[in-house]
Amino acid sequence: MKYVEEFRQRDLAQQLAAAIRNEVNPGRQYNLMEFCGGHTHAIFRYGVQDLMPANVKFVHGPGCPVCVLPIGRIDNAIQLVEQHDVILCSYGDMLRVPASERKSLLRVKASGGDIRMVYSTQDALRIARDNPGRQVVFFAIGFETTTPPTAVAIRQAHAGGLDNFSVFCNHVLTPAAIQNILESPEVRTMGSISIDGFFGPSHVSSIIGSRPYEFFAEEFQRPVVIAGFEPLDVMQSALMLIRQLNEGRHEVENEYTRVVSREGNLKAQSLVAEVFELRRSFEWRGLGLVPYSALQIKADFAGLDAERRFDMPAISASDVKGCECPSILRGVKRPTDCKLFGTVCTPDNPMGSCMVSSEGACAAYWSYGRFRQPEMPDSEESAA
Amino acid sequence: MNAVVKRFPVRLDIRRGAVDMTHGSGGRAMAQLIDELFVKHLDNVLLRQANDQAAFVVPAGRMVMSTDGHVISPLFFPGGDIGSLAVHGTINDVAMSGARPLYLSAGFILEEGFPLADLERVVASMAHAATTAGVPVVTGDTKVVERGKGDGVFITTTGVGMVPAGVEISGDRARPGDAVLVSGSLGDHGVAIMSSRENLEFETRIESDSAALHGLVGDMVAAVPGIHCLRDPTRGGLATTLNELARQSGVGMLLQEDAIPVKPEVTAACELLGLDPLYVANEGKLVCICSEPDAARVLEVMQAHPLGRQAAIIGSVIEDRHGFVQMQTSFGGSRIVDWLAGEQLPRIC
Repeated sequence: MKYVEEFRQRDLAQQLAAAIRNEVNPGRQYNLMEFCGGHTHAIFRYGVQDLMPANVKFVHGPGCPVCVLPIGRIDNAIQLVEQHDVILCSYGDMLRVPASERKSLLRVKASGGDIRMVYSTQDALRIARDNPGRQVVFFAIGFETTTPPTAVAIRQAHAGGLDNFSVFCNHVLTPAAIQNILESPEVRTMGSISIDGFFGPSHVSSIIGSRPYEFFAEEFQRPVVIAGFEPLDVMQSALMLIRQLNEGRHEVENEYTRVVSREGNLKAQSLVAEVFELRRSFEWRGLGLVPYSALQIKADFAGLDAERRFDMPAISASDVKGCECPSILRGVKRPTDCKLFGTVCTPDNPMGSCMVSSEGACAAYWSYGRFRQPEMPDSEESAA
Repeated sequence: MNAVVKRFPVRLDIRRGAVDMTHGSGGRAMAQLIDELFVKHLDNVLLRQANDQAAFVVPAGRMVMSTDGHVISPLFFPGGDIGSLAVHGTINDVAMSGARPLYLSAGFILEEGFPLADLERVVASMAHAATTAGVPVVTGDTKVVERGKGDGVFITTTGVGMVPAGVEISGDRARPGDAVLVSGSLGDHGVAIMSSRENLEFETRIESDSAALHGLVGDMVAAVPGIHCLRDPTRGGLATTLNELARQSGVGMLLQEDAIPVKPEVTAACELLGLDPLYVANEGKLVCICSEPDAARVLEVMQAHPLGRQAAIIGSVIEDRHGFVQMQTSFGGSRIVDWLAGEQLPRIC
């Protein structure tokens, strides 16, 4: 397969592994945070950690769209179905995430709620057109990558006068989250985690460009390398980060030049700016309230905003007791530090969001990597 | 079938008609549907006797029996349909014991309003699959449910077969040191189905691999009667099947990703959808576990059969009290190939 297999070649991986071994200073530790769940997934799926020296550690970040959405927002979506009898259109990953009262969208669907799994915003628009007598809400989630298609759908619905369609907007912003992690007391003062550098998002950066990271590379003196999602991209970017650290540099470098430019996709940016504006504050699972970290629908398109149309309340709900998703999302803890990991919380019966999505750190650890943990429960128990 | 004309002066309007509640009522309408549609296509000596059961003589020995419900959407897909699938699925389940399948039964649950033309297409396809495989449908049943309570047609098939003497195939017989083989490329069926789903249509030349595997199995057990395990990796794909076998046998497995055959088009479609081909369904492939010394001979026989040309040795059985299926990735790392959790879902980011 062209343009994919080239980035998964074993011989090149071996060469990069050798270059990394040559480059690392054995006297120090390199803690590199991959912000995106896409990178986490690639690292585990291809076994990239096996090719890295022991003193280079991947710290898994919060960049998994379904993981960072707080339970209250899922409760909101469930209310739309149960109290307002809407057809709720959602991306598939969201359906299994646990909400309050042991509910999930999948369970609500099983008990009669009209919840449809869609692959694109265009599917949601079609469902709205096909069901003129019903209210149809698109449950919009995701980082900057998924925002432009939502903007397109809102514009289309607006232009076409599709008055039974609205969007429950939960789009969040990457730079604000990275900055929040770097400003957290664990990183800044307590020193309980050290993050030496960042793998910058690949798909997100194709939209926003590499420029938005320049501020915090400078401000927090941490190198950032925008990295593609293929395993060779991750290794090449690790080498670039290690070089910067060895040379005392903290710049934004772009490994993913085949897609990402400094300015990003200006057309998509202007589309997003036309439809959305910054929220003053938004709650993230793990990070809490983060100022200016999410988008809301502009007043010009107020009629398409489900939060306004259904007068949706702010719901504050707490995570399952003992669930370490919040600390794991900040990189403070690893999945195996959680008491629930692999005991009551597995992909078949997730307690927290990080165990649901294939981009979640817990799911990646469990599904691909638990043979490295000698005391993990065996396969038989997980299947029961 | 000269009785047809006598019993029902007005023939069933298959071209424009649809299933209605009378077709499941046990009355004349049902008898007509059976005669003019089911028996017409599936015709054989035993079915034609029109009893509520089929009676046949079996040779002495070990008999196997298996049943499988088919509820696929869409009903027609590139490379097959629910009819051919219902025949192949059960033949394969019987054959995975090493048995020669003999007879099938078929139970139909039809939804009120289902076009008779579609039903005829399904039944004709079943008949073709059964004839080609040499395994007749000898008894059946039809029920009709109200509109909205079915999905067009559900088909349950049951099959019986005889195991040749000396063959003892079972999922608990994998032993450390054994070789793990597959009969061909993985993920074709699942990708073909997905490519034709309403909200996911994409252009691909991939067709379902739906096929009856008893001929291939017959050649394999004739050459090497001591094969330990056979299983067809249907729902949940290769990954799930290997985990089942590892659990049943109390062993682990170590696969070589490089050795696992996957068509480039399937890899590409999975890439696009964020899926892993190892978890995608197959309907015409099998996994075989045999002792290491037997592996070369089994592979040779598989590759000599049209349904096993791409057969490959993909790994080995290892001792592991955790029962992990591990894989050396093509990239040079290692990972677990776990059970499928929930459904495979496309990634968002």
